[in-house]
Amino acid sequence: MQKVNSPADVAKMRDYCQAAFARRKLRFLVCAGTGCIAGGSLEVYEEFKRVISERGIDINVDLLFEGQESEAGTVTSGCHGFCQMGPLVRVEPMGTFYTKVKAKDVEEIVTATMDENTVVERLLYEKDDGSHATTELDVPFYNRQQRIVLGGCGTIDAEDIREYFAVDGFKALATILQDLSPEQVIEIVKDSGLRGRGGGGFPAGRKWEAGRNAKATPKYVVCNGDEGDPGAFMDRSVLEANPQSVIEGMTIAAYAIGAEFGVVYVRAEYPLAVVRLLKAIEQAKEYGVLGDNIMGTGFNFDIEVFQGAGAFVCGESTALTLSIEGKRGMPRVAPRPRTTEVGLYDKPTLLNNVKSFAYVPDIIREGAEWFKGIGTESSSGTAVFALTGNIVNAGLIEVPMGIKLREIIYDIGGGIPKGGTFKAVQTGGPSGGCLPESLLDTPIDYDSLDEAGSIMGSGGMVVMDERTCMVDVARYFLNFTEEESCGQCVPCRLGTKQLLEILNDICAGKGKKQDIDLLIELSHSIHGGSVCGLGQTAANPVLTTLRYFKDEYEAHINDKCCPARVCKDLISFRINEDKCKGCTLCARACPVSAISGEKKEVHVIDQGLCIQCGVCMEKCPNKFSAVDCVSPKIPVPAKEKTEVPA
Amino acid sequence: MEERLSAVLSPYEGRKDALIPMLQKVQEELGYLPEEAMMAIAKFTGTPESHVYGVATFYAQFYFSRRGRNQTKICTGTACHVKGAARVKDAFERELGLACGMTSEDYEHSLETVACVGSCALAPVVVVNDHVHGQVETGKIDKILEQSIKD
Repeated sequence: MQKVNSPADVAKMRDYCQAAFARRKLRFLVCAGTGCIAGGSLEVYEEFKRVISERGIDINVDLLFEGQESEAGTVTSGCHGFCQMGPLVRVEPMGTFYTKVKAKDVEEIVTATMDENTVVERLLYEKDDGSHATTELDVPFYNRQQRIVLGGCGTIDAEDIREYFAVDGFKALATILQDLSPEQVIEIVKDSGLRGRGGGGFPAGRKWEAGRNAKATPKYVVCNGDEGDPGAFMDRSVLEANPQSVIEGMTIAAYAIGAEFGVVYVRAEYPLAVVRLLKAIEQAKEYGVLGDNIMGTGFNFDIEVFQGAGAFVCGESTALTLSIEGKRGMPRVAPRPRTTEVGLYDKPTLLNNVKSFAYVPDIIREGAEWFKGIGTESSSGTAVFALTGNIVNAGLIEVPMGIKLREIIYDIGGGIPKGGTFKAVQTGGPSGGCLPESLLDTPIDYDSLDEAGSIMGSGGMVVMDERTCMVDVARYFLNFTEEESCGQCVPCRLGTKQLLEILNDICAGKGKKQDIDLLIELSHSIHGGSVCGLGQTAANPVLTTLRYFKDEYEAHINDKCCPARVCKDLISFRINEDKCKGCTLCARACPVSAISGEKKEVHVIDQGLCIQCGVCMEKCPNKFSAVDCVSPKIPVPAKEKTEVPA
Repeated sequence: MEERLSAVLSPYEGRKDALIPMLQKVQEELGYLPEEAMMAIAKFTGTPESHVYGVATFYAQFYFSRRGRNQTKICTGTACHVKGAARVKDAFERELGLACGMTSEDYEHSLETVACVGSCALAPVVVVNDHVHGQVETGKIDKILEQSIKD
């Protein structure tokens, strides 16, 4: 069976693919998300191929479709989410879940599975109580999640459309083409309460309706995969792991608004996503579920991939469409018509985030009520977060809306590593804010986060511990927005620069008492005087850190002290005489030879030469921990200062 | 230059809107965008040179001078920042004797920062010649370079 010639064929295709895959008794699924690849998962995959083939088993998937039985096979999948523990391997159908697998472990896994019917215990996830989790369901990181958009991530081979067919892929598209009018499709999306997952949270159904009602033709469907927020990789993972779900969602949207052409805008830094997407598009066309005369119904829709060229502001819809047209990505000036009226090439354009489209097939298949039943009254469904920073279990998670920040950080994330203390959690990237401990019981939904001064954003969630300086974090984000401001609105272009300079001064110990008021005043001016979201929200990191961590600003300004010991101009390193054993490791590592001392004697740091790189602290063996970092700075003795030749 | 680029540009005949893909292809071919290349694109598309230059300089992906044979990118995304990217950056600058954004005189090394490579769970991250290194420690960067630099 090579093609879907009618909507009814989709069910036959599913049965055909399921039957073929069922002929393989065992499958070793290796995570090939970017995180696991960095850990060496491709070598692990190659080793599985080698070891299985060595047993005389042909691992060619196509043979399954020719009716041949197979003892075992191996495939790569997209991101399983638990990047911290990668490379990850799952053995199906048992679901045995292995972590931190190296190529040299493969032989042992295959032997245990195929010959001995056991598991390799040392590669299983070890729980807090020391017991081992055999499957993902037993791992706390996974069992508090509810995976819809990420459902296919890590379970199917992103480069084989037949795997997507086998899990009811394109069933939703078949249903709507056969049974539903475009208006009915829009009604379902409206009823589901789906809100745009790019961060703004605009009701998707209303946007689709506006696209439907727009008079001009042709119309376009654009998928925003310009995931520019630093600290976020949700869209990348969906595109890499389950590109077909995005294609199906876009095609359903195209049918609903009456479009024949779509574009996926992918960020420049995501080459693997582009490769997978192009392959997925090619296969979808080959199987008759994309392109001309889709499923024999006469409906046409084609998708092109556009690679961004590196500009954060292009995540804004009008800037994004201008960028596709080959122009500078500068947001259109207000007042302006909505993109659903005047968008790409000045034609009606429906623009949604990657995840928004990826939810659609599930919503059509399972119904609006099902989706509405998950999450909260005002924010239905699930939220996807890239949970990172100072957290035990970093990775990609999907949770029902309404879950509390505390549950995410402690139950799923496992809390702060190495006995550290929680200080803040940052959501929404450069447009969001930092929330303190006292707000950890805030439920995750668009409105509650907004009220707390942050935003839902597209899904970055960075956890910070007591070693993170909140003034430095605000400066970090301003450094980013100042660089990424497109420059057309003066308050944004110059205001972010002024904010940054004031923050630089504060971090350098040159802050003045009136700086705090000035920061607040400037922040409000930038908010009021910018046309697009970048400028309007640029000051959020400053405002929330001032709201919740004002004492840190005051310590920098009044006491020249960085309580987190991060700001280089306000800290010094010193060697504790009682703890130093004179092992010389620090002195040998110091890049500026600022440490002196004989073997087995107490070492001393020359404060005049020290550049505060911290290598000495890193090198000092844990059993000694003789290097301290202190703030305010230790004054440099006068005679060392005058060493510079006159 | 026009001759050299004609094969790269010919698929875009008549497509002024495809300026960004054209710039990307040309950069892929030449490693960066010399002035003559941008002039050739302007001629090919029939648009003013200022427009081509204006678009190219708007986007961070494009380079206007020759880059090193080995390229090291230090991720400064939020997760990396929180986990000490600033120290990693300082350490690479010292090790290579280059400030970020610079290329060495012998064109062996280029060093730059990138906003986020999306491998946040492995922070802090450094990418050397497309090899992603996670959980980088400042004391071990000589080993990272050793592993990934070209012979």
